[in-house]
Amino acid sequence: MRLEEAEGILPPKLFRTLKDKLKEYKLAGKKSEQAIGDVVTAYQKALICPAESIGVIAAQSIGEPGTQMTLNTKHFAGVSEMNVTVGLPRIIEIFGARKASKTPSMKIYLKSPHNKSEKTVRQISANLLEVLLKDVTKEINVDLLNTQVEVVLDIEEMHNLNVTMKHILTAIENSRKIKKVKIEEKGSKIIVKLDEGVKLEKLFKLKVKLSELFINGIAGIKQVLPVKKSEEFVITTAGSNLKEVLKINEVDKAKTITNDIWEISKALGIEAARTAIIEEVLNVFNEQGLKIDVRHLMLVADVMTMDGIVKGIGRYGVSGEKPSVLARASFEVALKHLFNAAAHKEVDELEGVVENIMINQPIPVGTGHFKLKLRQDADLSSGKISNDFSIKDIKGLGDKTVEILKNKLGITTISALEEAAKKGELKNVEGLGEKMEEKILKGIKEIKEKEW
Amino acid sequence: MIHIKYLSFIYDALRSTCAKCGKITIEEERLAKARMKIRMVERQRGELKKWDVAKEVIRRAKNSKECPHCADKKIKIKLKKPYSFYEEKVRITPIDIQERLKRITDEDCELLGLDSIGGRPEWMILSYLPVPPVTVRPSITLQSGQKSEDDLTHKLSDIVRTNQRLLENLNAGAPEIIIEDLWDLLQYHVTTFFSNNVSQIPPARHRSGRELKTLSERIKSKEGRFRKNLAGKRVNFCARSVISPDPNIEINEIGVPEVMAEHLTIPERVNSWNVKWCRELIQNYPKYPCALYVFIPDGRKKRVTEESRELLMEELAIGFIVERMLINGDFVLFNRQPSLHRMSIMAHRVKVLPGSTLRINLTVTDPYNADFDGDDMNMHVPQTEEARGESDELMDVVTQIITPRFGLPIIGCKQDHLSGLFTLTRGNTKFSKEEAFQLLTRAKVYDADLKIDKKGEASGKEIFSALLPKDFDYIGTSGLCRNCATCKKEECTNDGYVKIINGKLISGVIDDKSVGSKKGLLLQEIVKLYEREEVSTYLQRMALVGIATLDITGFTVLSSDSDLPEDIRKEIRTSLSNSVNKVNTYIKRFKDKEMVALPGRTLRETLEQKIINALNRARNVVGSLVLNNTSKENCTIIMAKSGAKGNMLNIAQMAGSVGQQVLRGSRLKRGYERRVLTHFEKGDLGADARGFIREGYKNGLTPTEFFFHAITSRDAQMDTSMRTPTSGYFQRRLINALQDFKIDDDLSVRTSDGRIVQFTYGEDGIDVGKSDAGKIDVELIIKKVAEK
Repeated sequence: MRLEEAEGILPPKLFRTLKDKLKEYKLAGKKSEQAIGDVVTAYQKALICPAESIGVIAAQSIGEPGTQMTLNTKHFAGVSEMNVTVGLPRIIEIFGARKASKTPSMKIYLKSPHNKSEKTVRQISANLLEVLLKDVTKEINVDLLNTQVEVVLDIEEMHNLNVTMKHILTAIENSRKIKKVKIEEKGSKIIVKLDEGVKLEKLFKLKVKLSELFINGIAGIKQVLPVKKSEEFVITTAGSNLKEVLKINEVDKAKTITNDIWEISKALGIEAARTAIIEEVLNVFNEQGLKIDVRHLMLVADVMTMDGIVKGIGRYGVSGEKPSVLARASFEVALKHLFNAAAHKEVDELEGVVENIMINQPIPVGTGHFKLKLRQDADLSSGKISNDFSIKDIKGLGDKTVEILKNKLGITTISALEEAAKKGELKNVEGLGEKMEEKILKGIKEIKEKEW
Repeated sequence: MIHIKYLSFIYDALRSTCAKCGKITIEEERLAKARMKIRMVERQRGELKKWDVAKEVIRRAKNSKECPHCADKKIKIKLKKPYSFYEEKVRITPIDIQERLKRITDEDCELLGLDSIGGRPEWMILSYLPVPPVTVRPSITLQSGQKSEDDLTHKLSDIVRTNQRLLENLNAGAPEIIIEDLWDLLQYHVTTFFSNNVSQIPPARHRSGRELKTLSERIKSKEGRFRKNLAGKRVNFCARSVISPDPNIEINEIGVPEVMAEHLTIPERVNSWNVKWCRELIQNYPKYPCALYVFIPDGRKKRVTEESRELLMEELAIGFIVERMLINGDFVLFNRQPSLHRMSIMAHRVKVLPGSTLRINLTVTDPYNADFDGDDMNMHVPQTEEARGESDELMDVVTQIITPRFGLPIIGCKQDHLSGLFTLTRGNTKFSKEEAFQLLTRAKVYDADLKIDKKGEASGKEIFSALLPKDFDYIGTSGLCRNCATCKKEECTNDGYVKIINGKLISGVIDDKSVGSKKGLLLQEIVKLYEREEVSTYLQRMALVGIATLDITGFTVLSSDSDLPEDIRKEIRTSLSNSVNKVNTYIKRFKDKEMVALPGRTLRETLEQKIINALNRARNVVGSLVLNNTSKENCTIIMAKSGAKGNMLNIAQMAGSVGQQVLRGSRLKRGYERRVLTHFEKGDLGADARGFIREGYKNGLTPTEFFFHAITSRDAQMDTSMRTPTSGYFQRRLINALQDFKIDDDLSVRTSDGRIVQFTYGEDGIDVGKSDAGKIDVELIIKKVAEK
């Protein structure tokens, strides 16, 4: 087989490897054709069968190694707060599509000049860190005597975190949560007074709000750690905020990633989320030294993202949205589904697997996917059950004519006979004639109508 | 009466409609919009999603203060749990509620989340109660002759009795308070008839105090109708017994005890070819292969007895069905729970054997995840020709060798097979002519042309080659491969380069990387190239030769396997104390504040890091010391090297040192105040105080070391016992979500209702189970073509 022919058959990636390998081994001419042919045959042999119950295979392939995975282990990326959930809990978290990840984390790559020197990387990472007011204060006191809140700033820490007095003041002023206050600056202290009323309760609330006030950096980034990876510095973080991080100029937008699927789907879209699911789960498996084929993960990721939003695998996601009532009821909260189905006049089409198990019928996957039709007018007594018609099935063709066709024209199949008849080759043959030709064409037409 | 399960529907309907005109209390334009939206959503996102719109409508309507249609003021309706409704302080009776619900138009029904044809709101108030037939609530007659009624019957009788009393009191014109009480009582009975665990209602009890199991409880949860009886069913024609190993049966055979074979039957349809045989089966009764029942086409079933057999033999004609005992060669399905993947149920061919355990070949323990410490397994006998056909074609053990999880063989040589093959094929191992033929005879190879040298010996590699097909080529590596920079290929001194040309093992040792389960690449090639029966034979041969080799050479794990010469032990001891000293200097530097923190870490974390690194290095040193000072004939080492069991780390732990105990990613730290055990000073950060075990298992652990070891062991135990249920539930969820996805005729993946999930499965349509670890091995194909 020639390379061009193979291109239409093989998937692009396989075709590219074939092309490269042919070059590598310097195959040409007949040997090359032989090799291409062999690869194409191998590919076609390896194709999956229609009706294969691939969902269950994928589920089992992911679930079975789950029994061998560790629980309760965390992977430390250095600092104790910066651990990452791994193993089975992580996989459950990803497939559950829970909005809040237990340990969100990012890997921030920087554009070329910035990622080389440690100093600039440190500076950039310092700016990423989320700074709350409590991070730069020594203490926040409620002054009951003067009914005010006293914020004692930690100048050293402020310097470390690149926070100026102005930052803090504007943050308090612009805060949506803290309103109707008077702000005074007194050296290293900031005095916040309520505009009106002297309710103690409000003062204490104010104190809490102040301590959680967002000052600088990127919301959600709790820890940063620049790590040297071969040539460049990469910033690992605890906490994640992809959307904001991507807005920073120095960040390499193509490489920076987070382990939070929801953030990816919000910032980069559903296709990115799909890829992220595959990558994340594959990583967990590889870390544990368990083998699994990507195709299984691809299927799950596709199922989770096929509707344009990330759906979980459990009761509130894919399983809860199945079209069949019985399938939903057989999973969890059976009663809720049954009562709702009654109120909504749902009809179960019995197209799925469990539904058919319930009613004791073959399930519609695998060999149950196909159905046989019996030709009611077929002559079963002759032992011929196949739905291929033979020449003898044509009305008005006797054994004698069949013999003539075979001996003189070498015709044994209907299609060959039809072709010959249409070309008008039959009427010239001794023992057949024009009438017979017409008869044959009519008979073939009838048979074609019979076929479904 | 109010139907308790529709209470929230009723509540919503009451709150979002006008008490007077019965319309939804939203302006007409808004309603029209909602109607359009509900249609749109139904069209675009499916029937199920449209009810979300209804929720939106209810949310808006129930908060409106007055009805925009008749300008009537809405009175707030309150639901007082469990089931009474109040308008201000006046109670509304179910009759009133029903009246109101009747006023809701069909059009509005849909907006309230109800289908107007399937579920009119007033139907949620029960005027009549359907009584289920007795088949649903059968009464049981106890041995004492006493009749015991079903829970539902009890409940129904309660309802009927209360209803009767209510009627009498109504007719007698009893005071309102009595009527109301009876009314409530009736409501209670009706409620508990449907569900017996509604919050704020005491569950109805049996006289003995047992809670009644009413309708909801019958359906719900794992023990309910759905999961117990509908999604899972009990079957006939099955057997269960303890399993035990039998290395002499084929991999797709199963040793079935005689008793089982005598009781399990297969229906045999009589035709012109087997009528004679069927007669013989009847004749044979009651001796082993015989018929037990005869089905006559008119529907009668006759038992074969010694009296009836003559008659039945005569009567037997084509079209009859004879139920005969299980015989050799029949297909059965064999299963071990938990059935985590499809290889947990495979088809085997019956081989009737004496004894009472079910016997399987050792190589198939892996897919079942079985061992022989008392595991039970189940056997099922397929009853139809179709089922037997599918068993043969799709479920036979040999068709399942390659797992669809990652595309490598899951069935392969194990334990002694590997130790044996390793001993056989390693280096220049030679066997005498007699031994060589002994080995081959054990593997049932009778036609080998062994090359026997002048001394009358045959090499192990030669013997192994005799097991392989004559046209088999394979190139790979063994576990002894050191990944040298330049591979010496056939000249490899480590036996690392495995090369087979034309069925001759030219170099390399055979180990788990070639024929082991979950790894064996050589096996993978054989499965790909040869027919089912051949694959089975080759695998069986290798396994048998492995065992036979050990029979000849002898193989035993000695206590002395993990003994080391005194000088080496001394070396290990000094090496360990050097490391501990190093740890101590780190600690000293830390305490003197001389240590420099690593980037992004605190000083304490830096110290931990350095200590862990130092101790790990210590263990590696011990490992290599142990490895370099053990003999080649050491069986424990052979097991580790061949991949049969254990690894070098395990041996180092036995002979050398167990090493640092790690809990949750760090050295041990919790226990008493600032120390793990009371045997140490508070705040001691040294190696010995934080779980470093210097001794090896062989020599024995000191008491403190033993306690440290127990801490991590317990953690590991806990982890295992927590993991099983967690992963089980995880898999249940996965399977439930994915079970309806299948490949369609065009190789796309679709849901049960035809929606496309993937346009081509896995983007290239390749079945992992038919591939080389998920790929097409282009390089191998080209190599083969190039070398020809």
